[in-house]
Amino acid sequence: MYRTMVTARLIDEASFRLNRQGKAPFVVPVSGHEGCQVGTGWPLRPGHDIWVPYYRDVAIVLIAGMTPYEIFLGLFAKAEDPSSGGRQMPSHWGSRRLGIISHSSPIATQVPHAAGIAWAARYRGEDTVVGCWFGEGATSEGDWHEGLNFAGIHKLPVVFVCENNRYAISVAQPLQMAIQNVADRASGYGFPGVVVDGNDVLACYAAMKTAVDRARAGDGPTLIEAKTYRYFPHTSDDDDRSYRTREEVEEAKHNDPIARFAQTLKDQGVMDAPTIDAVWAETKADVDAQIDQAWNAADPDPVTLGRHVYLERDGM
Amino acid sequence: MTEKNVVTAIHDTLHDEMAADDRVVVLGEDIATRGGVFRVTQGFLDEFGERRVIDTPLAEGGIIGIAVGMALHGLLPVAEIEFADFIHPAYDQMVSEVSRMRYRSNGDFGLPMVVRAPWGGGVHGALYHSQSIEATYGHIPGIKVVVPGTPYDASGMLRAAIKDPDPVLFLEHKRTYRLIKGDVPDEPFEVPIGKADVKREGDDLTAIAYGLSLHLCLEAAARLQEERGVSVEVVDVRTISPLDKDTILASVVKTGKALVVYEDNRTYGAGAEIAATIAEEALFDLDAPVARIGGPDVPAMGFATNLEHAFMPNADTVAERMLELARF
Repeated sequence: MYRTMVTARLIDEASFRLNRQGKAPFVVPVSGHEGCQVGTGWPLRPGHDIWVPYYRDVAIVLIAGMTPYEIFLGLFAKAEDPSSGGRQMPSHWGSRRLGIISHSSPIATQVPHAAGIAWAARYRGEDTVVGCWFGEGATSEGDWHEGLNFAGIHKLPVVFVCENNRYAISVAQPLQMAIQNVADRASGYGFPGVVVDGNDVLACYAAMKTAVDRARAGDGPTLIEAKTYRYFPHTSDDDDRSYRTREEVEEAKHNDPIARFAQTLKDQGVMDAPTIDAVWAETKADVDAQIDQAWNAADPDPVTLGRHVYLERDGM
Repeated sequence: MTEKNVVTAIHDTLHDEMAADDRVVVLGEDIATRGGVFRVTQGFLDEFGERRVIDTPLAEGGIIGIAVGMALHGLLPVAEIEFADFIHPAYDQMVSEVSRMRYRSNGDFGLPMVVRAPWGGGVHGALYHSQSIEATYGHIPGIKVVVPGTPYDASGMLRAAIKDPDPVLFLEHKRTYRLIKGDVPDEPFEVPIGKADVKREGDDLTAIAYGLSLHLCLEAAARLQEERGVSVEVVDVRTISPLDKDTILASVVKTGKALVVYEDNRTYGAGAEIAATIAEEALFDLDAPVARIGGPDVPAMGFATNLEHAFMPNADTVAERMLELARF
């Protein structure tokens, strides 16, 4: 878990570095969300359960099985980008092989998909659980309501995870909703809503484990609200100085989920400081090597522009 | 062969496909207990059960979004939008998700799903139960849009739509539901999506239409033949997207004259694309300018009988325009 959190952070830092170098036109950062993503992604079973992420979920797709190399293929819009072959903006994940459902840029449109997948999984007699992630801004959308409502009515095997970082781009939570906790909305759908410290990876894990077990047992959905913070602007094209003070951002970093987890690991005697340092060094070397490999991969061929509008047959 | 009306043909085909393949599920408002406001899914709940015949909450975006999820996970959903007029809340799902899933994933994901929607006027539906939506979605690559006008085509094209690996918007003209009858084979058959059909052969001009307008053209053509000796070929478009240009152009090249009839607002309607295609690709075979009959460019038809009639094309105006064109 710790290594995955570190990987996500280093992918982020490298991506912004590449953005400043002019090699990556667009970056969607994850930093600050590693705890809630790794905690809520970990209880699902890669290769079996279904992942319905949104664009900030670098750590979620790492857990699902996407490699940093594949993530950088997307960042550089390369032909072999597993999500879209360079068609979509970076961080618009998807891989049928890995059970990561392709998503778009409009917010919360993936939420009814998660409910539909959960219906199909139960109909087919599977014990699949669907994980669905989004930000707090998504909870204002009609699609979000419609997805949770349907899942609640039919007690579907799906867990909804809100990564609440208090800002939907620039709009702060008090202008997004009149309530303190997104989790309160769950009562309107007839299933539990749980608030968890999104910077405490183990607390997120525990909440998700309970929710996944409940879903797999046929007891229906859970809405988990993981309260967290994003350290970078919304994207590389955003300037968060217009809506957040530097003091607020620096204050939030005192709650860095990676630093907190490292402290826990040291306190519990699981890892010592040199081991933790080694994880960072190894991961950085690994990530950097995969950047180079991805950078050198082939670009998409413009003649493929017209492909895959419909299913291609007869060797087309 | 059995003679059926359009709505019975759709009911029977959907029923047979559900019986033949347990991946087919239907979902929508009032479709289970009520059997659908037009009775298309009458009796399905009792026969196939609540896991396959799903009364959804009143939320069109959710209906389409949930169908997307089902299609992503091995099912073949047939979603019903109660009236085409109510599909607008689902526009984002249709355009951002349904049409783009295969393209945006570079072919990794596909959506084998059907969205059925009753459309069109002539039933006192007024502003919100009469709309034509085919041009809106015909403009969106990635979704196939079909508009069968006869019981035979409705049956064969619905079967083709369910078996299609890509999303199909299946539009059923409400006025044709019980008005139009015809023979339908008792054995399963398909009518290919993307193929127009010459419903009546003729030499003097070509009328191109779909849905209820097809029948107005057929009626007008029969009348002109009998009363004036004018021979009109009538092409049923059947599929709005992808448009079968070849069949349309072949007929226009043969007759040298084209009249496009559609019920939607004239401006930017599907008939505009058909007229543009003819102008672009058959100009030197034309003996007259391409003619169009479409609805007036007002937001919708009215409820009052005379307001509704004033909006919709009818066989008289179609025959008149055909005659003008024949004499040109």
